[in-house]
Amino acid sequence: MSKLFTLLKREIRSYFYSPIAYVVLVFFLLLSGVDFYIQLSFMNGRPVGYTVQEAFFNSVFFWFAFVLIFPLITMRLFSEEFKLGTIEPLMTAPVRDWQVVLSKFLGALFFYIVLWIPTLLYFAIFQKVTGQPAANSLGAYLGTCMMLLLLGMFYLSVGCLASVLTKNQIVSAIISFCTITLLFFLGLVSFVLQDVSSTTRQLLGYFSAIEQMGTLSRGEIDTRPMVLYLSMTMVMLALTHQAFQSRKWRM
Amino acid sequence: MIKVENLTKRYAGQTAIRDLTFEVGKGEIMGFLGPNGAGKSTTMRILSSFMPATSGRASIAGFDVFEQSLQARSHLGYMPENVPLYSEMRVTEYLNYRAALKGVPHRRISERVGDVKELCGLKDVEKKLISALSKGYRQRVGLADALVHEPDLLILDEPTSGLDPNQIRQVRDLIKNLGKQHTILLSTHILPEVEMTCSRVIIINKGRIEACDTPENLLGEIRTAGGVVLEARVGNDDGAEQLRQVPGVRDVTTTANGEWQTFALRVESGADVREQVFQLAMIRRWSVRELSQRKATLEDVFVEITHADDV
Repeated sequence: MSKLFTLLKREIRSYFYSPIAYVVLVFFLLLSGVDFYIQLSFMNGRPVGYTVQEAFFNSVFFWFAFVLIFPLITMRLFSEEFKLGTIEPLMTAPVRDWQVVLSKFLGALFFYIVLWIPTLLYFAIFQKVTGQPAANSLGAYLGTCMMLLLLGMFYLSVGCLASVLTKNQIVSAIISFCTITLLFFLGLVSFVLQDVSSTTRQLLGYFSAIEQMGTLSRGEIDTRPMVLYLSMTMVMLALTHQAFQSRKWRM
Repeated sequence: MIKVENLTKRYAGQTAIRDLTFEVGKGEIMGFLGPNGAGKSTTMRILSSFMPATSGRASIAGFDVFEQSLQARSHLGYMPENVPLYSEMRVTEYLNYRAALKGVPHRRISERVGDVKELCGLKDVEKKLISALSKGYRQRVGLADALVHEPDLLILDEPTSGLDPNQIRQVRDLIKNLGKQHTILLSTHILPEVEMTCSRVIIINKGRIEACDTPENLLGEIRTAGGVVLEARVGNDDGAEQLRQVPGVRDVTTTANGEWQTFALRVESGADVREQVFQLAMIRRWSVRELSQRKATLEDVFVEITHADDV
């Protein structure tokens, strides 16, 4: 347990040593800030049927920024260690493979949460300044946070897997970006293809991040995405672990 | 401390090491010698559990490097070739991290890290970023890392490669000192280093062990062990023919230099023919301006063994 903690501490620190972390933080804050401003100006003095928080998390802007951040967070996790050879001192120390995989995933998750803190504060600031509620209920707010966490865990685990497959960060970023975008657009198929059968649409709807976000950001707690994303995260991490162990046989 | 039996490693189609069997006892400094690509790093990587062997067994302090890899690894301090380090960390920070990772108890970390910084001469750079360090200092950080958890065994893959002569001497002295408490397996292709530091030497070539003995014995056994050089003016004599008659001389090669001739004598191992050569020169009234014995170095041993096919 203490080894996992030691590894995790280094992972988290290493994020804040690299310039990529700050670029991602600034880029994301800028996009979410602009998005928030646009949504607010649109709603200002106009009767609308949704809350600020629903508007924000269902905008195109948000989703665009959202799928972009995962490759940037995860691409260096394993690839960099393979490239620089630091994997050798790491794996000749008495640590287990799963400790390394889990520490890298949790480190990425920590950074992802840090990335969200300023944006989530927008809503608190909005409430403070305007005296208006930013969301319908506390449930809606928590539902959104949960969805962000679940989706984040899944996409980060996809990124981990992409990074363990190659020692080239760019290749890893492209693999995870394409996979995440594909997974994400899978849910959009039901919007695009009108003539597919209703069963297919319903099935695809279960995987649609946008629909799930719509549900959860209204405050309806749905257990289906929770089960889906938690189990998928575990599958991805198990695959990452397997791929990481296989390095020994490929050498 | 190290026990290797019939170790073989095959990469895609190529055999990197073939049927290696050797043992390193407690307190020994074992030199691992061989040309580039002979399989030194591969063997060390298998011993450090970084890669598995294709067949055969290896154990460290009684723990199998594959089956009980975690225990084996905790008895081992390994310094890989080229010393990969996290360049964004500071020296002390890195060593603290490595100490914790290798299971040094929390309350002992700062003491241990302080000790190895002292030992490896890192006090002046302890607050520097690793990326700002010179090659020599990076090498020392790698060594400090290998030592930080007080392992019984050190495996050092080319600890002096890329260093300048002063640094090489410092690292060599350091290794010699470490040998008093640790068992060491080190690879190198700098031969004088092995002669000075190691208690035993393994010469490996094309994945096979060619020789395994103390440096003295290796030198004694070698065919070209020593030789005598004579530079003389022999007049009308056939110097080479006369010298061949001396008992103990196996072969003579001559190089002419004006009226002076240089004779290089290969002798039977253990024989010292200088006195007989001098007697001969007196009898034949040769003018002599050099008569000296050339000692075989490990370099001769190395060249002879690793180039056996070309000769």
